[in-house]
Amino acid sequence: MYRYNDFDAAFLAERNAQFRQQVARRIDGSLTEDEFKPLRLMNGLYLQLHAYMLRVAIPYGTLGSAQMRQLAHVADKWDKGYGHFTTRQNIQYNWPKLPDIPDILDALAEVQLHAIQTSGNTIRNVTADHFAGASADEVGDPRPVAELLRQWSTDHPEFQFLPRKFKFAVTGAEHDRAVIRAHDIGVQLVEKDGKRGYRVLVGGGLGRTPVIGKVIRDFLPEEDLLPYSEAIVSTYNVLGRRDNKYKARIKITVNENGLDTFRELTEARFAELKPLFTGVDQEMLDGIRAHFAPPAFRNAPTTEYDAAREADPVFRAWADTNLSDHKAPGYAIVSISLKKHGQTPGDATSEQMRVIADLAEQYGHDDIRISHEQNVILPHVHKSDLPALHAALKEADLATANIGLVSDIIACPGMDYCALATARSIPVAQQIATRFDELKLEHDIGPLKIKISGCINACGHHHVGHIGILGLDRAGVENYQITLGGDGSEDATIGQRVGPGFAYDEITGAIETILTTYLDLRESEDETFLEAYRRTGPGPFKAALYPEKEKANAA
Amino acid sequence: MPRPFTPKVVTANALLEGDVVYLTADDRWTRDLSEAELLTDEAHAELRLIDANARQHEVVGPYLADMAPGEAGPEPTHFREDFRRTGPSNYFHGKQAEA
Repeated sequence: MYRYNDFDAAFLAERNAQFRQQVARRIDGSLTEDEFKPLRLMNGLYLQLHAYMLRVAIPYGTLGSAQMRQLAHVADKWDKGYGHFTTRQNIQYNWPKLPDIPDILDALAEVQLHAIQTSGNTIRNVTADHFAGASADEVGDPRPVAELLRQWSTDHPEFQFLPRKFKFAVTGAEHDRAVIRAHDIGVQLVEKDGKRGYRVLVGGGLGRTPVIGKVIRDFLPEEDLLPYSEAIVSTYNVLGRRDNKYKARIKITVNENGLDTFRELTEARFAELKPLFTGVDQEMLDGIRAHFAPPAFRNAPTTEYDAAREADPVFRAWADTNLSDHKAPGYAIVSISLKKHGQTPGDATSEQMRVIADLAEQYGHDDIRISHEQNVILPHVHKSDLPALHAALKEADLATANIGLVSDIIACPGMDYCALATARSIPVAQQIATRFDELKLEHDIGPLKIKISGCINACGHHHVGHIGILGLDRAGVENYQITLGGDGSEDATIGQRVGPGFAYDEITGAIETILTTYLDLRESEDETFLEAYRRTGPGPFKAALYPEKEKANAA
Repeated sequence: MPRPFTPKVVTANALLEGDVVYLTADDRWTRDLSEAELLTDEAHAELRLIDANARQHEVVGPYLADMAPGEAGPEPTHFREDFRRTGPSNYFHGKQAEA
């Protein structure tokens, strides 16, 4: 993984020293909140419902064990002993106190982590496929590209006051695990005629107005990535609307001006910028690539793995759901579920973080990923180590075998924490997971993505959930709208609202109705929920959810 | 006829801790909603909010929150204020744990 050079370390130290002074001046009364707020947001510090919240960037979701241990240390020393992993591969601390923030940031800097540009109208943490460098299906490792974009965008003087926040996602595979079509810019590593390059998408986003990203360049030569990205963001910076917050994201800019106009303006700007990039960026990219060299994979038999599969049904169930194909023979990608039934999606205790760090060190080439689905990944584990790994995970309450199933729910913090939320999300996720665990239907239902947002801003990605749930405030009561048929993969689709919303105490029952309807109508056990929905459309689900309406229509 | 005024309290987050506080009749910031001053007169409520806004060195983001009079002081009329005075529902953290 990337290691800071002297420049990075000095930059971060200076920035933290500045913010320490800014915090001190806010506390001694020299700065008003209006003056301080933009400064704290630039450093990832929010004020939420019950407390401050510090959002720490985990660049492209990649951590080493030392970093994970330090995250645990921060949770213990300055928070309540846990952290919340988010849909943008960040970690949030929900209970820090203002006077402690400078010390927390210094502690994070010791392990090359920071909270810069995790808020504000800037280019945010660059996210990437959490299987990067490990999956069997990728053209190339997206992380060096993500790191290059991170270095370019961090403190970029032109892009500190964009019309609105701006999010990049990068993937190296055709199968999109990074939701690049729901990002302001999505970058996909591709190969054409034996040459590496990028497919660049623009103007995707969820929120109030969900839009699937559009291809602005189908094949961008490798050396043009930074000038072209700069051209897009620069065009948006000039053209994007600043008069209306709800029309300020690039997806609206692209839609209002048309993709062709936006592309022409981008290409014109690119022609100006291209000569300014003299190739230094490509030299830097080469340097960065060296940091991401694949580990020395060992060639060993997988006898222990095969034996454990045979002997232990619990291990086998876990292996069936939580392992993915690795590019190296004998290896597997391990997904550690942070979705134990009834627990808060994405939360890990400091103890669990330490266990994960130890296991990554012992079995996983010291490589840890955070997925946008709020789970933890050990990308490189030899299969012979899996029985021991699984046993250790079980002891830490981290061996839930539910990746990609009903209870592997994305949920935003919702009104339990977030000041913007209009309803709660976490308890809805907890109830759904608990209900289906009790019904023992989870494995029968098979692959399913439920995503829950507690407001229209859609941090919980509900628009691209196979089942999406949106919590709203309807006349002073929590109300949950359901969308069906959404998809965040390479076949990205926005889910369609199925009908009127459901009350807080009805929503779990409604999800159960949808899924029993699916079980009844699927053509075989191999037809997934999403496939069945695409075949039948919303009709059968609407009929099951709103029987009275159906009767009224028939009468 | 003017609409009847919904009673309010002045609430904010404490500058240092970030937790929810309410303004009392004797100008203290309390963590306990039942001690808050229930403002039943619109003009007086606006004045109290101005007072609160002048205390930037103690609190962040004061605003007027709707309340109803209750036996033990002001009671929230909306679930958001009910959560603010309680804490999150997924852990026993926040105000509910401090009482």
